Amino acid sequence: MAEIKVDCINETCPVPLVETRKALRKAKDGDIVIVTGTHPASKKEIPMAVKALGLELLDIKEDGNVWTIRIRR
Amino acid sequence: MANKATIIAHSGDMDKIYSALIIGNGALAMGMEASIFFTFWGLQRLKKGGLEKGPLSKMNMLGLGKLLVTLKMKKTGVASLERLLQDFKELGGKILACDMTMEIMGIKREELRDDLISDYCAVGTYVNEAKDSSITLFI
Repeated sequence: MAEIKVDCINETCPVPLVETRKALRKAKDGDIVIVTGTHPASKKEIPMAVKALGLELLDIKEDGNVWTIRIRR
Repeated sequence: MANKATIIAHSGDMDKIYSALIIGNGALAMGMEASIFFTFWGLQRLKKGGLEKGPLSKMNMLGLGKLLVTLKMKKTGVASLERLLQDFKELGGKILACDMTMEIMGIKREELRDDLISDYCAVGTYVNEAKDSSITLFI
């Protein structure tokens, strides 16, 4: 089980969503994808994509304007 | 209704090609299938070296408006059209080229970015894709 990090700090629409999807496609079942970013709408939309893909959202953390989302494939 | 987005890129304007590619990528990222059917002025953007050549749909001001918007986009960190097109392909999006436009505008296959194009087709293919799409847009 691997951890895959996706850095989307200072990226805007649609990059965080697209990079998350790319990482999830490459991940194997059980792998954890960790996305960090600053784009506010993506913090809401990545969980929507996780739900639509039927995957597990582990948690969302915030530190100032930087958010971190962990997803299990 | 299939979980699919079918988009017609009829306009070749830079901002509208952005809309088509952003929505297409968004659909793929949300787990949908997506295809973009490039026709008329939109097809010009699939010519080799043509992707970034479109004017701004409003306030282009002979290219000055486009220049200002492009600079602002760079500053904001907006991805380039080329990156969005490559991402669209990587996520499994289909790029369709209208062969009737090629005939009337005299565009040859070797002038287009053949490596990116999934199929050369006509209205039947679009309707066939669109009839089971939950999202279809004409841009």
